[in-house]
Amino acid sequence: MGELFQHLINTLVLGGTYALLGIGLTLIFGIMNVVNFTHGILYTFGAYVMFIVVQKFELNFFVALPLSIASGWALGALVELTLLRPLRGSDIDTTMLVMIGAWIAMQSATLWVWGGVAKSVPTPFPDAPLEIGPVSVSWLRLFVLVAAGALIVLTYILINRTRLGSAMRATFQDQDTAALMGVNVNLIYTSTFALGSSLAAAAGALLGPVYVVYPAMGDLAAVKAFAIVILGGLGNITGAVIGGFILALAEELGAGYISSGYRDAMGFLIIIAVLIFRPTGLFPRAERVG
Amino acid sequence: MKLLLSIVVVAALAAVPLWLSDPYLLNALITTGIFVIGAMSLNLLLGFTGQLSLGHIAFFGIGAYVSALTSLGFSVSLPFGLHVVHEPWPPLAGFAIAVLVSGLCGYLVGRLSFRVRGAYFVIVTISFAEVVRLVALNWVELTQGPLALTSIPPMQVGFPGLGEFVFRTKLHNYYLVLGVAVACYLLIARLVRSHVGRAMRGLMENETLAVSIGIDVTKTLTLAAVVSAGICGGAGSLYAHYIKIIDPEVFAFINTVTMVIMVITGGKGTLAGPVVGGLIFGLMPVALRPVMAPEAQWIAYGSALIVILFIMPRGIVPALMQWFPRMKPVTAPGFAKRGVEESA
Repeated sequence: MGELFQHLINTLVLGGTYALLGIGLTLIFGIMNVVNFTHGILYTFGAYVMFIVVQKFELNFFVALPLSIASGWALGALVELTLLRPLRGSDIDTTMLVMIGAWIAMQSATLWVWGGVAKSVPTPFPDAPLEIGPVSVSWLRLFVLVAAGALIVLTYILINRTRLGSAMRATFQDQDTAALMGVNVNLIYTSTFALGSSLAAAAGALLGPVYVVYPAMGDLAAVKAFAIVILGGLGNITGAVIGGFILALAEELGAGYISSGYRDAMGFLIIIAVLIFRPTGLFPRAERVG
Repeated sequence: MKLLLSIVVVAALAAVPLWLSDPYLLNALITTGIFVIGAMSLNLLLGFTGQLSLGHIAFFGIGAYVSALTSLGFSVSLPFGLHVVHEPWPPLAGFAIAVLVSGLCGYLVGRLSFRVRGAYFVIVTISFAEVVRLVALNWVELTQGPLALTSIPPMQVGFPGLGEFVFRTKLHNYYLVLGVAVACYLLIARLVRSHVGRAMRGLMENETLAVSIGIDVTKTLTLAAVVSAGICGGAGSLYAHYIKIIDPEVFAFINTVTMVIMVITGGKGTLAGPVVGGLIFGLMPVALRPVMAPEAQWIAYGSALIVILFIMPRGIVPALMQWFPRMKPVTAPGFAKRGVEESA
């Protein structure tokens, strides 16, 4: 029983960051319709910014997190401006292949600049975990859960309660009408991509210190993000949050009770099963938020 | 004209080992040739039915593993007390079984995943390849996991009355790969010019219209997937018996991407495209090796893909065909015409 509770706690921590990844990609893939292969790179990038700020510049861990999110925003905006804006209106395959090219180039750049050796990020949290009955959870993981939760709520407010958010929703519902209403459509495209990218960077910045930081860490994260988006339904932010927790639960239970070697297969099996049996995702009714 | 050009190209390729004896370059040509076969099979799906399979390396890897295991033998315990022992068979049998098993996998993947299209199809195929990779990594009893299958015997062909011929040297393998590549090219050319090939292109251009005139979508797409997967499995088998060592890294996503780059830059939907793109991108690392670090080569690779998509979104071969209209017959009929019309 204690083991099960432990798995559930781990699920909450992992699920929070997966939800961030998923929301980020559901904005880009679900609403903007860009098959974004750079999402994993942004995750890696967020983790490396965390590492560099904490290790090299010796700044505070809590300062590094917003810096990492801001860098993710900037890099996302750069990708949108240089690669996606000129391609707007071209078919989805061309855009996807350009994103694959960007992914290869950026990941190799990460490997070139920072080397292939895995790095760990020092944290200010005590080593001794928090013990609640039979369950133990490290302070770092607890912080990750709280921070992820806060970021999810912030994103929700940004999209549903602010002028920028309503401009985003309007643009992706009907671009021409939104433009007629005075919405700067180009700006909205860039901000949406940047917002999605910054959420991926945030997920990397939060999970990087929990595990280790290495150049290929984003590859699996990207495919998991696709699994979450497909699970929750395209463009569905609430669905992405639920999808994140479902994937985390499947991985935890799969690793705990089946075989840890197949932990990462769970995301792929979920993708295959959902697309074959319920191609509209688990929550199809709310499919078009944007 | 078309026939003459094809004969000249094949003869030129066959003559390469006469003046090129550097083993490093010959090795690069052989592995490039194997990947060109993979790219041709991918082109059948991507270029002629419009379905982008980003898990194509799964069929290549399955072919490599099946062929290696058939010729090495194995002994595994299965659930319910079953125990399977397989004695080594000749590599040629491995090749045949690799083609069959990969084709069967293509059938299963096709039947299941052609329910979805576009980005969803892409993601299902990626997932399939990753699951297969994880199985190869974790089913240690069968695949040796990360320890790799080693000492795979070289390909060997028996002639009745003449004894066995073993493809031991690089030179032997060069001609083997060239021969198989030419055979696959002819097979694909024959297929896309047949009734089924026209149905495939009809589907790609307007699925609703194709269905309304009686084309069976699932059957046509599945046939393309089976042939494509079978050819790719054959390429994997050649790879296993040439390299002689196979580990789960063969399933790496970057290998699929390499094939996609070859097809797209060469020109999807043209028969010559994967060959042209394959030779360029297969040999690019050889050209870049003296001047760049390996990571920088990959940066160049990714950047080259982006640049080519921006300046020649339809690929090199269609772009050449517009400049030299007489080269037109090298492509499948219908495509060259469409290209000219679109750009006009």
